[in-house]
Amino acid sequence: MTEVTELSRLESDAPRTKEVLLNLGPQHPSTHGVLRLVLELDGEYVKRVDPHIGYLHRGTEKLAESFTYTQIFPLTDRLDYLCPPSNNLAFALAVEKLLGIEAPIRAQYIRVMMAELARISGHLLITGALPMDLGAMTALLYAMREREMIMDLLEMISGARMHTSFCRVGGVREDLPDEFFPKIREFCDIFPNRIRDYERLLDGNRVFLKRTQGIGVISAEDGIDLGLSGPNLRASGVDWDIRRDEPYEIYDRLDFDVITSQEGDCYARWRCRVEEMRESVRIIEQCLDQMPDGPFQIDMPTIAFPVDKDRVHCSMEALIQHFDLSAYGFKVPKGEVYSAIEAPKGELGFYIVSDGSPKPFRMKVRSPSFVNLQGLFGVTNAHYLADMIAVLGSLDPVMAEVDK
Amino acid sequence: MSAETSLIRTLIAERFGEAIEELGFSHGVHAFAAPPDMVVELCRFLKDDPALRFDFLSDICGVDHYPEMPRYEAVYHLSSLPNKWRVRIKCRLGDPPRVPSVTRVWRTANWHERETWDMYGIRFEGHPDLRRIYMWEGFEGFPQRKDFPLRGYKDKLNPFGAEGSPPTQPDLATKDIPQGGRSTPGT
Repeated sequence: MTEVTELSRLESDAPRTKEVLLNLGPQHPSTHGVLRLVLELDGEYVKRVDPHIGYLHRGTEKLAESFTYTQIFPLTDRLDYLCPPSNNLAFALAVEKLLGIEAPIRAQYIRVMMAELARISGHLLITGALPMDLGAMTALLYAMREREMIMDLLEMISGARMHTSFCRVGGVREDLPDEFFPKIREFCDIFPNRIRDYERLLDGNRVFLKRTQGIGVISAEDGIDLGLSGPNLRASGVDWDIRRDEPYEIYDRLDFDVITSQEGDCYARWRCRVEEMRESVRIIEQCLDQMPDGPFQIDMPTIAFPVDKDRVHCSMEALIQHFDLSAYGFKVPKGEVYSAIEAPKGELGFYIVSDGSPKPFRMKVRSPSFVNLQGLFGVTNAHYLADMIAVLGSLDPVMAEVDK
Repeated sequence: MSAETSLIRTLIAERFGEAIEELGFSHGVHAFAAPPDMVVELCRFLKDDPALRFDFLSDICGVDHYPEMPRYEAVYHLSSLPNKWRVRIKCRLGDPPRVPSVTRVWRTANWHERETWDMYGIRFEGHPDLRRIYMWEGFEGFPQRKDFPLRGYKDKLNPFGAEGSPPTQPDLATKDIPQGGRSTPGT
């Protein structure tokens, strides 16, 4: 009995502590966009995290219901704005499956090559931004230098640096310009050396290693349970890549490795992305070697725009075709499709319900960042507020894609 | 392809009999229709069966088939990472739409169900924290329903919106929603 009174007396004498609610964001450099985290802190120790999202919600899915299929491409650009070609590709594939068509082989190579360029561009940002969140500023500046090269390449192809909107249902918008090929070869030669530079900068940086290794471990079971995908899941040891396991486009003709890691910590997730950039360069080189000549657009006047734009001004049929597609779009047979690709962030799926009209009845975007952000709840050993920043950075959410 | 279709079909038929309707295989996905009260059981079966192992929940979304009746639909996309199969479960819901939550089967269902609640007002019963996720607390109406205007309703912040106000639904009044989230600073 005395013990109990003794204990309670001691407790009442101790300094009184209280949990603190801390608001992180929505304007904060470490949240990679407008993400607001409400943290319940016990000292520096994070007891509970509650992400508030939706600051960038633009209603992509609702808007898509009032757009024709071709008009939706620019909307998909704005999902994961670091890698628009992947989003375009995912959407085009879904519609093509509903229509029962396939793009010509050359167009498929162009799309895959652009998607891989986009993957490098997306991974480059996080390769630099994660160390920056942890105080190593240099890597981001170098990463941005290389990203600039990719931006230039995309500009050369499509005229736009970010929102390319280059895919079309049944192909791509234009053929590649001749001056593009030497430039991309040059990039493929330079870039692997640059990746080695990043590694030299960061792999020997003891602060970076201390802040990421063993931090934010997500087990394979937790990862699957939480629906993680892409590099986040592969870093936990799940060998799953849609490019290899459910090959779309011409991925089955390409030789590449799926990068996995067993640790599942922040460093493994960072590492996976660095290695994936190397594989992407390999894929791009193979695309360049294998790319056949041929049409870049399907030969279906009801779906594809006239290839020769000048004909629109002098041929009645081409004018009607162009006007019809611009004003009314094309009809897509009744049905539904779920089509997923391996986007840089993970499984990007489009679920489209068509009622036979030129506009989708329902379009749902399964955005990988939205689901990956939930991975915060699966982290077992990020105890401190500063570790939370590392985990958030390593999960690589893009808020535009989270909020749709 | 046909072997896996018949395997999935047979195993489901063995376990559930006539209750789960088979909707065929298209574009790489096997589709099934389930009544709302069987969704959780079906999901758990698909996840735990050693031959099927649909361990990955890709997506949950709502569809509004207005003016068709029953109006709403919850659609689940499951993947089997070991077998590389995909399954779609469709579940038609009346008005007001209610369906049991699958958060106990997959934790990832949490945010998918919150999004579906936010956009379509489909109530996931048993969800631990069914709050709005994109729209703010106190927003009225469910924006992705077909009868919700694209530009929203006219108010002092939205002069270009449509006239009128969202239909009230006494059954789904906000006080009825379990408030899992605690009060946050600034609100």
